Amino acid sequence: MIIVKDVTKRYARAVAVDHISFSVAKGQIVGFLGPNGAGKTTTMRILTCFLSPSAGTASVAGFDILEQPFEVKKRIGYLPETPPLYPEMETAEYLRFVGKLKGLSGADLEKRVNYVCERCFVADVRNKLLGKLSKGYRQRVGLAQAIIHNPDVLILDEPTAGLDPKQINETRDLIKGLAGDHTIILSTHILPEVEQTCEQVLIINKGKLVATDSVRNLQARARDAETLLLEVAAREGQPDPLLVQQKLEGIPGVSRVLCTDSKDSGLIFEVQSQKGQLVRGDLARAVVASGWDLCELRPAARSLEEIFLQLTGSEAPQS
Amino acid sequence: MRNIWTICSKELRSYFVSPIAYLLLTMFALIFGFFFWNALGYFVIAGLEMQLRGQNFPMNVNEQIIRPLLSNASVVGLFFIPMITMRLFAEEKRSGTIELLATSPVRDIEIIVGKWLAAMILYACLLFFTALNFAFLFLYGHPDWKPLAVGYLGLLLQAGTLLALGTFISTLTKNQIIAGAATFGVCLLLWVLEWTSGYESATWAHVLAYLSVITHFESFAKGVIELKDVIFYLSGIFLGLFFTARSMESMRWRS
Repeated sequence: MIIVKDVTKRYARAVAVDHISFSVAKGQIVGFLGPNGAGKTTTMRILTCFLSPSAGTASVAGFDILEQPFEVKKRIGYLPETPPLYPEMETAEYLRFVGKLKGLSGADLEKRVNYVCERCFVADVRNKLLGKLSKGYRQRVGLAQAIIHNPDVLILDEPTAGLDPKQINETRDLIKGLAGDHTIILSTHILPEVEQTCEQVLIINKGKLVATDSVRNLQARARDAETLLLEVAAREGQPDPLLVQQKLEGIPGVSRVLCTDSKDSGLIFEVQSQKGQLVRGDLARAVVASGWDLCELRPAARSLEEIFLQLTGSEAPQS
Repeated sequence: MRNIWTICSKELRSYFVSPIAYLLLTMFALIFGFFFWNALGYFVIAGLEMQLRGQNFPMNVNEQIIRPLLSNASVVGLFFIPMITMRLFAEEKRSGTIELLATSPVRDIEIIVGKWLAAMILYACLLFFTALNFAFLFLYGHPDWKPLAVGYLGLLLQAGTLLALGTFISTLTKNQIIAGAATFGVCLLLWVLEWTSGYESATWAHVLAYLSVITHFESFAKGVIELKDVIFYLSGIFLGLFFTARSMESMRWRS
């Protein structure tokens, strides 16, 4: 549905997007991930024919963005970072205006306006001025305007930015519901969002594509070297952390043991095993054999966050 | 064509739901009303004096009231044009709505013509208030309506040129005040260029004077349609809209 080939965008002083290539199959939701200023918005603007690439090309729904931008625009719904709303217009009037721009008319237009109002939960503000709407409503009207002409491809630039948690969930469900009929690219720097909504991830950093894979594969990749968390307790008082550490380090396959926390109930250890070694059983046996209690043993699932930080390296935000 | 109208009606709507249109209409009506009142006052006094002295020159409403007032309207218009055009593109660029227009299946030229047309219609509304004043002349006298109609055609053509230039300037910036100030400067310059012909007879002075939008209005004010003046204004409109189109296109390359 979307094919991007070697797209580069240079500005006067900087390269915003550097030889990016990827493709998206029909009906997929793809998360476009990267720190601020990585080139997400630029790439999206190129796909929507708002900007022209300095080099390379792309095609959307089989139409080249440089040769047939008109056809591409007909098939794309775009929600920019700030929803493009006219503050002096009312919601329904605005949607009608956008619908007309996208080539709808007559009864068809009214039907679509009603449909997107229901679909994006903005029916209750139909007759309100856009300038008076709250951030959440503005974002949803923005989404409604993007899908008004039922486009094949949806390009959403940070669709959940600035929403409250309930609205974020609703918007995510809405986006998920739109997949299938539509091919969706959404950009975000919120990682759980990608884990929850997207099937595929494109990670971009400093204008370069650093990873493209399915969410599941990326998570699996990160889990190669397993980290386990275990909580160890003694019958009376606390077990000696050093002793436990020595004992655990003695198990073959374990590469590193750290005592990370101590609670009333026991001590928490982080155990790193070497690649491909299964050490859980040995760990459990070792603890119990030494007379301690094993309260908890679980894999420390590495979130996409860590992969992201690892891939985007020095640019990683340190909070 | 349909797209042009979609854009145009949206622009007109935002002029008329905000105070912009009403403010401009009120100010223009006030200023022009004052001009009209003065012109009429002079006319009446001149008539009285003539009677007192026993002279009997023919007085002409067209020559002595309508013609100077049309010239005045064209000058007053110069001051209002920046206020009409400054928001056309600058506002869309500032608020990001330009992204909606530029990513919709609408040709750039349709957006530009739609916006320019809306500005023209608002300007025509301003002129409507001058027509209200002239209506009194028809009520109490018998002026010839044809020169007046030609004068209005001239005013619209002149405004078309300046509005097209203003539209172009508005695409260059996100800041409405910059767009407004620059357009005002250009309008004023295109007016005063004519002054060179007053003291200098060299070719350059003629060229400069010829470029002035006022020079070309004179024949319209007299009620004469001169082809060269019509062509001057039409090419001005074309040039302004052409520059606007190029400027919009370059946004795709610069961001």
